[in-house]
Amino acid sequence: MSLSPTRSLAFCLSASLLALPLQAGAADGEAIIQQGGANPAAMPCMSCHGADGKGMAAGGFPRLAGLPEAYIAKQLADFKAGRRENPLMQPIAQALGDAEVAAVAKAYAAKPKVNVKPGPVERPKEGSGAWLALRGAWDRHIPECTLCHGPSGVGVGDVFPPLAGQSAEYIEAQLRAWRGTPAQPAGKKTKAVAAVAPTRSNDPNGLMRHIAADLREAEIKAVAAYFAGLGESTEPFDESQHRLR
Amino acid sequence: MKMTLRCLSVVLLPLLTTSALAADAARNPRLDDQTQLPKAPARPVGQTYFQPPAEADIPHNAFGELVRRGQDLFMNTKALAPQYVGNEMNCVNCHIDRGRKPNSGPMWAAYPMYPAYRKKNNKVNTFVERMQGCFQFSMNGKPPAADSEVMAALTAYAYWMSTGVHLGKAQPGRGFDEPPPPKGGYDIARGKVVYDKQCALCHGDDGAGKKVGATSVFPPLWGKDSYNWGAGMHRINTAAGFIQHNMPLGRGRTLSDQEAWDVAAYINSHERPQDPRLVNGDIDETRKRYHADDGVNLYGVVVDGRKLGLGVQ
Ligand code: HEC
Ligand code: HEC
Ligand code: HEC
Ligand code: HEC
Repeated sequence: MSLSPTRSLAFCLSASLLALPLQAGAADGEAIIQQGGANPAAMPCMSCHGADGKGMAAGGFPRLAGLPEAYIAKQLADFKAGRRENPLMQPIAQALGDAEVAAVAKAYAAKPKVNVKPGPVERPKEGSGAWLALRGAWDRHIPECTLCHGPSGVGVGDVFPPLAGQSAEYIEAQLRAWRGTPAQPAGKKTKAVAAVAPTRSNDPNGLMRHIAADLREAEIKAVAAYFAGLGESTEPFDESQHRLR
Repeated sequence: MKMTLRCLSVVLLPLLTTSALAADAARNPRLDDQTQLPKAPARPVGQTYFQPPAEADIPHNAFGELVRRGQDLFMNTKALAPQYVGNEMNCVNCHIDRGRKPNSGPMWAAYPMYPAYRKKNNKVNTFVERMQGCFQFSMNGKPPAADSEVMAALTAYAYWMSTGVHLGKAQPGRGFDEPPPPKGGYDIARGKVVYDKQCALCHGDDGAGKKVGATSVFPPLWGKDSYNWGAGMHRINTAAGFIQHNMPLGRGRTLSDQEAWDVAAYINSHERPQDPRLVNGDIDETRKRYHADDGVNLYGVVVDGRKLGLGVQ
């Protein structure tokens, strides 16, 4: 086949134009995880979220493996729109195209979900992290975390992400992101500290923010440690069982 | 008329009790009376609601074991006593915070009020019968016998929770503290708007709730796995009270009276399991006997050209 230069240019152009939406539609989630997105600012996810997608506690990098597809896509959209602020993650989300978001969300959702071994639920002690997780603090309108985040914190549907499988560092950081910090007046030896506005405001219908705002500092630490300490079972999730409250 | 009814029941009663041994079709006739609770006294300004004892204070002995078993049953009714539960509900779904939360039918405000005398029909209802009522209607199930282990444990739990409450004195926070009916009435279509925006996220577009494995996490609001047409929650006024105090979960007291009534009407304009008191298979007769006089409800009422009360299985 011999084509004139102009015709072949036109051919190539139209072929690549045709291919564009195709290529975008077929963005490879696994490739984005390992090598990053088309825009170099979209760094490989695994460099922070871990080779297995289970996150890295020390950096405060959350687990993405097995999170619901729609939840991951929503978080990336929220980072882009500034409803969720974070200096590391925002530029990455902004550098991902719509098709890339869809593909990477799908790829992470397909990885193994967290599964906490359902043993007999221990009776929690009042004031402990387990107490908040399993009993709540209803006098402050705080339902038990597991009522929304599922038995053993394994998550419910697309809206309520798992807490089991996340590190204490990450859980604490999110609770603080929702509440910000109130201003502190200068003390005898300390300088005044300006208030920090909340950096996360993306919870549907404000279901989560008032909970974070009403938790005490010690409670944040305790409840984060509780969920981080639940561990993970290698047994497949047993659909037939009841998980007790 | 009254006389003949009374004579009839005198004749029928022994028959009923003997046949109840053979089949559970014949129910305790006193369970049929699901009259609404009397309005609770208002909480005096500056005073707190009754504080039930802490879980840590449950003693470590045989009594304490029974109380703990009662609490477990209260929270995990479907899982631990499936033979008595005909839907996907647990007591705690409506009696929030393990039956401790004021204005959510708390057990500490209930237990001290029984046996309850009802002037209207000159009958006395026991605490166990009241709980059996919730098994039959709210849980759409078969009530455990009065002397069963399940009833003993649930009673012990309520008794323990009522430690320190004045016997026979109605407590502020009892029942569900209903908001007054809105002036312009309620509107089901407006209720759907509230539902789609504020409730569907958890309870589902189809009202069926959500599960994790076999465990119901967000309980069903209508359909075959929800409370039946005889349950107190089927009254729009009662549901409005529950909803305004407790829903959306964790954000109680954010809906206006109007919104609470509208969304309660929307929920209760859907089909649910039949009223087990169904009279001669006739919805109209059942409405006349049990629903016409029972708060605001839509049983046997035609809504959008459809008569409600057919039931679902
Ligand atoms: C430079 C490190 C880094 C890289 C690379 C990175 N992330 Fe993140 N990511 C973070 C941090 C930090 C957070 C937590 C942000 C916060 O605290 O709000 C986060 C959070 C997230 C969340 C929210 C999870 C949740 O549970 O809510 C998603 C989704 C996410 N990242 C997706 C991605 C994807 C997809 C990629 C690859 C395209 C990626 N990240 C690459 C650092 C990174
Ligand atoms: C009324 C429901 C509800 C309750 C109760 C609740 N949460 Fe949440 N939580 C949410 C929702 C909804 C989200 C997801 C918000 C979003 O879309 O970004 C969330 C998200 C979170 C996250 C962020 C997870 C992630 O991957 O980024 C943390 C951490 C969290 N919740 C902790 C808690 C703790 C701890 C408790 C108990 C003290 C609790 N939640 C109770 C509704 C709830
Ligand atoms: C679908 C919601 C629902 C469920 C589930 C439910 N209840 Fe109830 N319960 C109610 C309503 C509504 C009332 C009556 C309120 C009224 O009449 O105003 C009530 C009343 C009661 C009362 C009497 C309260 C009082 O102050 O006198 C007791 C006791 C009770 N329930 C126990 C139970 C037990 C035990 C279970 C589990 C086996 C249970 N309930 C399950 C909704 C429910
Ligand atoms: C964040 C999730 C969530 C949202 C949003 C929510 N609910 Fe619920 N709802 C629950 C949970 C969980 C329970 C059971 C509470 C328990 O078991 O402790 C419940 C219980 C109920 C019940 C009593 C149990 C039953 O199944 O009949 C009704 C009625 C109800 N909700 C109505 C509503 C209405 C109306 C709205 C919207 C205004 C709403 N809910 C919003 C989670 C939610």
